[in-house]
Amino acid sequence: MSFQIKEQDKKYDVCIVGSGAGGGMAAKILSEAGLSVAVLEAGGDFDPAKEEYRTQLRWPWESPRRGANTQRPFGDFDAAWGGWEIEGEPYTRKDGTKFDWFRSRMLGGRTNHWGRISLRFGPKDFKRKDQDGLGDNWPISYEDVKPYYDKVDKLIGVFGTNEGLANDPDGFFLPPPKPRLHELFVKKGAAVASVPVIPSRLSILTRKINAERGVCFFCAQCSRACQVYADFSSSTCLVKPAMEKGKVELYTHAMVREVLTDESGLATGVVYIDKKDLKEYKIGAKVVVLAASACETARIMLNSKSKSHPNGLSNSSGVVGRYLHDSTGTDRMAFMPELVDRPRYNEDGVGGLHVYSPWWLDNKKLDFPRGYHIEYWGGMSMPSYGFGFGMDTMRKYLLNELGQPSTNGGYGVGLKKDVRRIYGSMVGMSGRGESVPQYDNYCEIDPDTVDKYGIPVLRFHYKWTEHEVKQAKHMHDTFEEILTGMGGVLLGQKPTEENQYGLLAPGRIIHEVGTSRMGDDPKTSALNKYAQAHDCKNLFVVDAGSFVSQADKNPTWTILALSWRTSEYIIDQLKKQNI
Amino acid sequence: MDRRENLKVLLTGTVATGYLLTTGCNPEDAKKAEEIIGSFSYGRTPEETLVNDKLMADTFFTEREKSMVSIIADIIIPKDEISGSATESGVPDFIEFMMKDYPKFQLPMRGGMMWLENLSFATFEKSFLDISAEERITLIDKIAYPDTAEPDMKFGVNYFNLMRNLTCTGFFTSQIGIKDIGYAGNRPNQWDGVPDEVLKKFNLSYDQKTLDQCLKIEDQQKIAVWDDAGNLIG
Repeated sequence: MSFQIKEQDKKYDVCIVGSGAGGGMAAKILSEAGLSVAVLEAGGDFDPAKEEYRTQLRWPWESPRRGANTQRPFGDFDAAWGGWEIEGEPYTRKDGTKFDWFRSRMLGGRTNHWGRISLRFGPKDFKRKDQDGLGDNWPISYEDVKPYYDKVDKLIGVFGTNEGLANDPDGFFLPPPKPRLHELFVKKGAAVASVPVIPSRLSILTRKINAERGVCFFCAQCSRACQVYADFSSSTCLVKPAMEKGKVELYTHAMVREVLTDESGLATGVVYIDKKDLKEYKIGAKVVVLAASACETARIMLNSKSKSHPNGLSNSSGVVGRYLHDSTGTDRMAFMPELVDRPRYNEDGVGGLHVYSPWWLDNKKLDFPRGYHIEYWGGMSMPSYGFGFGMDTMRKYLLNELGQPSTNGGYGVGLKKDVRRIYGSMVGMSGRGESVPQYDNYCEIDPDTVDKYGIPVLRFHYKWTEHEVKQAKHMHDTFEEILTGMGGVLLGQKPTEENQYGLLAPGRIIHEVGTSRMGDDPKTSALNKYAQAHDCKNLFVVDAGSFVSQADKNPTWTILALSWRTSEYIIDQLKKQNI
Repeated sequence: MDRRENLKVLLTGTVATGYLLTTGCNPEDAKKAEEIIGSFSYGRTPEETLVNDKLMADTFFTEREKSMVSIIADIIIPKDEISGSATESGVPDFIEFMMKDYPKFQLPMRGGMMWLENLSFATFEKSFLDISAEERITLIDKIAYPDTAEPDMKFGVNYFNLMRNLTCTGFFTSQIGIKDIGYAGNRPNQWDGVPDEVLKKFNLSYDQKTLDQCLKIEDQQKIAVWDDAGNLIG
């Protein structure tokens, strides 16, 4: 342990905590307005264009574990440094409830490996209480955010199609890639089930949008981060370009413990632990912007107690950490007999689905209040650890020369042949839905535990309600209709009520939001409609902590749009000398 | 030179893999490369490199166990007219690594081998290593078919399922196996849809709407321009 010395560093106009989608966007917009910006990142520097970090276009045998997920939770080639568990940085759970917290400790955070599914929230998504009486409305509407979605589309690039759907707004789209073979089968199956299928909307450059970034070369490996920057990550598209213009200074391995405030309750800067030398440093700033991810931001706020903020920073309402909610998720798989013995060709495509199903039903006619979208997967993807498993149960689906089912298990030339035959014949789908935010789902400071930097850790309390469970049941009914409609043989058992219809544990979809939600009433919200803290006017939150409700969409595009909007507000307020 | 500069020098102009470094260079270079970057370099953090190196330095299987793994792996994936065998593709080394990388495999693997050894002694009064190929198959046939195996063979079935999984995955993720399976990707490509002959085979086609709205590959390098309504106009 080192003797801790507070070292007074230079003062900035703005100090941003976190370099993911929200922090990256704020760094770009604020620095381009001429402000001096410090970005503090708790992990290391990362640039997928540098050979030392590259996992893209590697072969499975380059990993001794052939891509298995024993080191990195999404496999050895995935770009995320971090995961559900990080050594020395624990979190705990309360009352036997479940919550899994994924953290990426690296420049760009979780935007380096994410699925690039970039969906705008629609008009209904901002006003859910008006429709079903549950939860709360946002203090803003789609019209407030639309101009920023438009700008994000053009700045970062997203492919898709304008469909004129009421709650899945049109945008400025690049052309989508053509569907793969299994996706054409999906369209057939979905038509049987009366489920619409449209081109997916992913922030991957099918066409050039500027001179700086390359275009997609269809390796299907966006999760490994792209060396030509053809997909969106905050590091490559926001932070690095902003740094090149000179007004942004990046501090890596900087683990922020708390926001400092003066006697009047205003923020004066932050204290961080440098993970390399384990010393404590202070950075002074006129404005503090938290973008550490919803839960980490709540942790910093709750750990920032002072005379003027005895309940944690800007937490007079007591809502910081509360209303934590993640997307719902559950999956199903099938075997496609028609796809046995497929002709081989390169069908990698982009890193993710080429088609998807946006929510298509009216919840007023259903027994659960919120919708979900469906993601589809399958195809002749690169074999990785796990490929060829399960022939002890799968071989019976393959017919031998006599038209008889093969015997499960076995060995030898026949087994080898059957692995070849079955390659590319699996399809699957994942439902990702909206949950109803609950006051009693929360993270708080665990009074018993600190991390290895001496910072008190989060303790989670989270239970799904009947709304999410019923939604998961509906997902599985739909999956079965589509899968059988496309000629698939369902694999595994349909989940039942006993296992909450296969609903994954909260946190598993990594869309956790809502822990410092915005609202007009300071008694029931931590932030105002510009994501400015009610109790501390020079403190802002630009991660998904500000969300009032997480739609049946992925949150990143909304984080980017809201961060841009808040950044413009900060510039305006500084000009007017209001902060 | 620091580690990073060393790496650059070593890797300039090459595909930067531990695989090539340890097999494609002269022994002295390979040794130096290993000292600097460890056995595997594929975008590892320093912490991960240490983990990999430590796992590589440890040994799990005894010589006899390794022989047994090799024999059984080649029973599961033998050489055929298309490609080589499990051992030719490096499966035993991969299984050795996975034992250390995922310690939960250790007990069922070691215990399973011991169980099979017992069966071999009980049946032939000899070690599995010392019986003939035909004799081995009579034992393997008792444990290779989960749906019809005798109930008292369940331990062996579990063991053989694990060996089958690891052997298949190890083989088909090797250079030999990837070539065998015919995976055609992991290289720069221009995806322009399912090939026509494949569409025909499955009696499928792209509808006109899809063709109109999807990417024209020849436009990829043209900078996108939209009108105010979001229509792509250039």
